[in-house]
Amino acid sequence: MKLQADTYTLTDKGGFAGQAMIAGVVGLVVTMLAWYLDSARFYHAWLTAFAFWTTLSLGALFFTMLHHLTGAQWSVVIRRLSESFLAPFPILVIFFVPIIFGMHDLYHWTHEEAVAHSVLLQWKAPYLNQTFFFIRAAIYFAVWIFLSTRLVSLSRRQDEAHTAEILAKMRSTSAWGMILFAVTTTFAGFDWLMSMAPEWYSTIFGVYIFAGGLLSAMCLMTLTALLLRRKGILDKAITPEHYHDLGKLVFGFIIFWGYIGFSQYMLIWYANIPEETVWYLDRWQGSWKVVSLVLIFGYFSIPFLIMIFRGTKRTLGLLGFMVVWLLIMHWVDLYWLVFPTWEGARDNASFHWMDLSAMLGIGGVYLWSFWSRFSGGPLVPVSDPKLPKSLSHVTP
Amino acid sequence: MSDKSVTPKTEYGVVARFEDPGALLHAAEKVRDAGYTKFDCHSPFPIHGMDQAMGLKQSKVGLIAGAGATFGFILGLWLQWWTSTIDYPIVIAGKPFFSYQAYVPVTFGLTVLFGAIGAVAGMFHVNRMPQWFHGVFHSENFARFSDDAFFVSIEKDDPKYDRTGALEFLKSIGGAEPEVLEGE
Repeated sequence: MKLQADTYTLTDKGGFAGQAMIAGVVGLVVTMLAWYLDSARFYHAWLTAFAFWTTLSLGALFFTMLHHLTGAQWSVVIRRLSESFLAPFPILVIFFVPIIFGMHDLYHWTHEEAVAHSVLLQWKAPYLNQTFFFIRAAIYFAVWIFLSTRLVSLSRRQDEAHTAEILAKMRSTSAWGMILFAVTTTFAGFDWLMSMAPEWYSTIFGVYIFAGGLLSAMCLMTLTALLLRRKGILDKAITPEHYHDLGKLVFGFIIFWGYIGFSQYMLIWYANIPEETVWYLDRWQGSWKVVSLVLIFGYFSIPFLIMIFRGTKRTLGLLGFMVVWLLIMHWVDLYWLVFPTWEGARDNASFHWMDLSAMLGIGGVYLWSFWSRFSGGPLVPVSDPKLPKSLSHVTP
Repeated sequence: MSDKSVTPKTEYGVVARFEDPGALLHAAEKVRDAGYTKFDCHSPFPIHGMDQAMGLKQSKVGLIAGAGATFGFILGLWLQWWTSTIDYPIVIAGKPFFSYQAYVPVTFGLTVLFGAIGAVAGMFHVNRMPQWFHGVFHSENFARFSDDAFFVSIEKDDPKYDRTGALEFLKSIGGAEPEVLEGE
């Protein structure tokens, strides 16, 4: 890989796009074989992987809009990273299709006899029915694709010639986009993950999904920047000062995730109503208890104690290790949300190679899409008036 | 009763004025490089990069805040454990006496409270505040530090300090109106 220093464009893009695509295709083919082996397990593994990559893009969408709304200076050099993680949204629509085929296995509320025997499900039927589920999913993707294409195309227009009008448009789009984002992300979380246990509900669930998504998006952006740095790309643009700030956000959202996760837990624990506590009891039996403890300590307590120090955020090797660890934990978190509702894993957590191959399949194509977008233009918004200040940013 | 006129004047150090924040920053670098350790820079507003220019180590305030937070965390847990299992145990909603889940909000609150108190108290301590008088006030000129002027002061306790040498040094790096700080 080679970067032209003055225009920030790659003259040699390297072989990453091809490698990612090959990995993705191999993963998808292997995962299709898994579908023949055990279709129910496949759908759950697929939903976990789909949720992992979708929440990453949602976190990146939030970060991009937050950047415009706050008018932040330091993050201008990493704006192209967060914008490029919006590229896979249309591909994620295609990856949503297997979930539609697997609805019978994934969502108990699609069983007519289950609805017939449950007053609660009958009462929820105006919302939890397949037609409305498809319409809502279409709305979510339409909103996300619309917002991301608009923000990215404005950003590309800014590269050619910066005007105050483009900046104002990016900001106003982010203002109403933020409201649409909050509503769609919350309800997507309700629809795709919470409705797996259709008689259970938690109003904070959407925020929980958002918290994990934003945390892991920050981690993925940090990791990508660190990997580019190893190749000597953008190593003078994204300095330890920027990593320090990224590390602060990672640290902040570790706390946010823990705070939201505990808020959800404590209200249910305190009220002690059986139809609410059952969701946590499912995740506290057999080896699921181990997974729950891994999340508490591995996703919150230990990273909290490590990331709190200034030195961690500025020691790039350690920071890199932490963000990889937190990305793995995000997958464990989603696995912990999805799998206990499936009969095959009700009593004990179980691991299967198709859990990984689904991640590889979606992830490979996802990263191919990211890299094609990212390497297709200047790696930083070259005409942004705040770029010089961002390049010389110093963390106080 | 002592006669005030014979009280020897105590010497505090030397001070000189610089034109602008940039000049102050470069002056700080030169004072640092010359090997002085007990010196200070005075400006009406914070200047980016000054910590590094002065060669300051990382502030201790973070550690003090961390100690405060740890104390608050332990206090919060201990307080609730003692009141609800030792001093006045009551069964609430059929839950165990030691229901740590319910303790989290108060423990969290006390952690934040004592962390914040530690940060503020630590800041006062590290800044040696409150302090009603300081040697630099001996300079009439120095009052401008809160208005439009930038100063470097070198203290007498500095191992490298000698009065004429320090004055000459400040003059050589572009300091205006160098003067000796002394008074009763």
